[in-house]
Amino acid sequence: MASVTFEHVTKKFGDVVAVNDLTLHIEDKEFLVFVGPSGCGKTTTLRLLAGLEELTDGHIYIGDRLVDDVPPKDRDIAMVFQSYALYPHMSVYDNMAFGLKLRKVPKDEIDRRVHEAARILGIEQLLDRKPKQLSGGQRQRVAVGRAIVRNPKVFLFDEPLSNLDAKLRVQTRAELSKLHHRLGTTFVYVTHDQVEAMTMATRIAVMRDGVLQQVDTPQTLYEKPGNVFVAGFIGSPSMNFFDATLVEADGKLFVDGGSFRLEVPPHLAEQYRKYKGQEVIFGIRPEDIHAKPYVPPEIFPAEMRAQVDVTELMGSEIFLYCLTPDGRAFVARVDPRTKARRGDVVDLVVNMDHMHLFDPKTEKRLE
Amino acid sequence: MLHKRRDWVPWLYMAPALLILGVYLVYPIVGTVYYSFFDKRSEHFVGWANYKWALTSKVMHIAFRNNILWLIFFTVFVVGFGLVLAVLADRVRYESPLKSIIFLPMAISFVGAGVIWKFVYAYRPKGAPQIGLLNAIITALGGEPVGWLVNRHVNNFALIVVGIWVWTGFCMVVLSAAYKGIPRELLEAARVDGATEWQTFRYVTLPLMVPTIAVVTTTMVINVLKVFDIVYVMTNGDFGTEVLANRMYKEMFNFRNYGRASAIAVILLLAIIPVMLINIRRFQEEEALR
Repeated sequence: MASVTFEHVTKKFGDVVAVNDLTLHIEDKEFLVFVGPSGCGKTTTLRLLAGLEELTDGHIYIGDRLVDDVPPKDRDIAMVFQSYALYPHMSVYDNMAFGLKLRKVPKDEIDRRVHEAARILGIEQLLDRKPKQLSGGQRQRVAVGRAIVRNPKVFLFDEPLSNLDAKLRVQTRAELSKLHHRLGTTFVYVTHDQVEAMTMATRIAVMRDGVLQQVDTPQTLYEKPGNVFVAGFIGSPSMNFFDATLVEADGKLFVDGGSFRLEVPPHLAEQYRKYKGQEVIFGIRPEDIHAKPYVPPEIFPAEMRAQVDVTELMGSEIFLYCLTPDGRAFVARVDPRTKARRGDVVDLVVNMDHMHLFDPKTEKRLE
Repeated sequence: MLHKRRDWVPWLYMAPALLILGVYLVYPIVGTVYYSFFDKRSEHFVGWANYKWALTSKVMHIAFRNNILWLIFFTVFVVGFGLVLAVLADRVRYESPLKSIIFLPMAISFVGAGVIWKFVYAYRPKGAPQIGLLNAIITALGGEPVGWLVNRHVNNFALIVVGIWVWTGFCMVVLSAAYKGIPRELLEAARVDGATEWQTFRYVTLPLMVPTIAVVTTTMVINVLKVFDIVYVMTNGDFGTEVLANRMYKEMFNFRNYGRASAIAVILLLAIIPVMLINIRRFQEEEALR
């Protein structure tokens, strides 16, 4: 068990900067998820921590130990690879025992640990098989098993669920969370799937183009995204953005989007009044836009009209792809009882308690 | 009925291949076996006499011994060097030029290679200027010149070195392809698991390359059993360097003894068949795994 510290870490591949001046402290026992689109540097960050890539600049500590020049084998970490990377010529048992054998752990101790890990993961009956004879989900478990028998200081996961089908992914997500509680070890996890990040992480680090955008709990990241990129990346469907102006009338503050005008709730108006008259990016999540007859109580409502372009019935909800009167597209996630068809003009109610404002130049959140 | 009538169709498609194989493979084999039981002009039946000669005469014993020397030393070193080079070349930045240079001898005809190495091994008596590269180096360092191709202690190995020089590149290229086919993540997983570079090679890389190493080895074994050109050009089997294929050639074209030459050919064929079978079985096993 150990904390992990990145100190001004930079990694360049030729002229390409994969990770740019990353500084981040991961607490002991934390489940930290790096998330971001492909090519954002999250996997490179993990590989730097594993020692599979060399640092261009900066330092990495595992616990208090500087590991910049320590080879992977001496870092006391275990990694689950995206492809699982099981040794095809070894049985499941040997795959899991390999790391222990190399460390000259006594035979009966190896046997005990492998069987315990297999029991935790429910793969005891597979120990004699070769990886080729296993299903994707089983292989994934073996890969996790190979990591946990070692009792490392830090677990690294590189998109371990991306090769599983949707149902199994949901199930495995819950199991990994449970495993984290049970082992009480630091987990560092990389994924491009924000749902995985939201469901498992104690903290999420959002990356883009090698730059760390924001690190926070899933809740904070969802409620107070630090910039437009984070706001758009976390949540599905993505947050809607409109270019708008903050205007004041009759002592009230409004978000004026040209074809719509939405009142800012009083408690936020105080905070935002200083931006009066300025151009802003107005952000609102699809789940904060409701169809008129089915508005939940205790929200600060503001009405707008829109034309329905496409509807998607999800069963428990409907995604309405709408156009404002001046033709700007946005998505609303509305009650499944809503009767709206393509071409209809619908009355929508926006929950302005959950509005977000961003600076159009810096794209940073306005507080 | 309709089905039955078309039974001849597969045979039609196979006919050209069967014809060519029959004329150029089956007929010569049967012919060779037939001639091996006749005298030098293929006129009188002599029973097992040619085989008796092949298995008991002194010159054939030397040839057998040398073929075994070739079999062991050539195969071990050519596959060993090929493997080491394939793995090491992967780690340097100038990999392709390096591999091209090592592969280059393959592009030279074996006769050409023999001539080149004849110059390298050239020998003049002590005191005379040495025009051979090796002896020039040795005498420059104050040593005695060595008759590489005539000294019976070294000449077989001198020839084997030429074979290794020619074939290492081929082994390297095939093994390199297998090495590159191993997913990088497997090697990384081993490193994270705590393996040193040597342990990664020993426990992960090598076992995964075994099928390819087996194919390369058996191919080299077949190759070496037939070794001819290098010996023919450089020593013509003199000074105790005779090998089976060269002896066969001599019996056939120098001594015009069709019976003995055929007997040696049959013995060579019988020696190669088991290796071929191993190779074919190996190939089928791999196909079955796909």
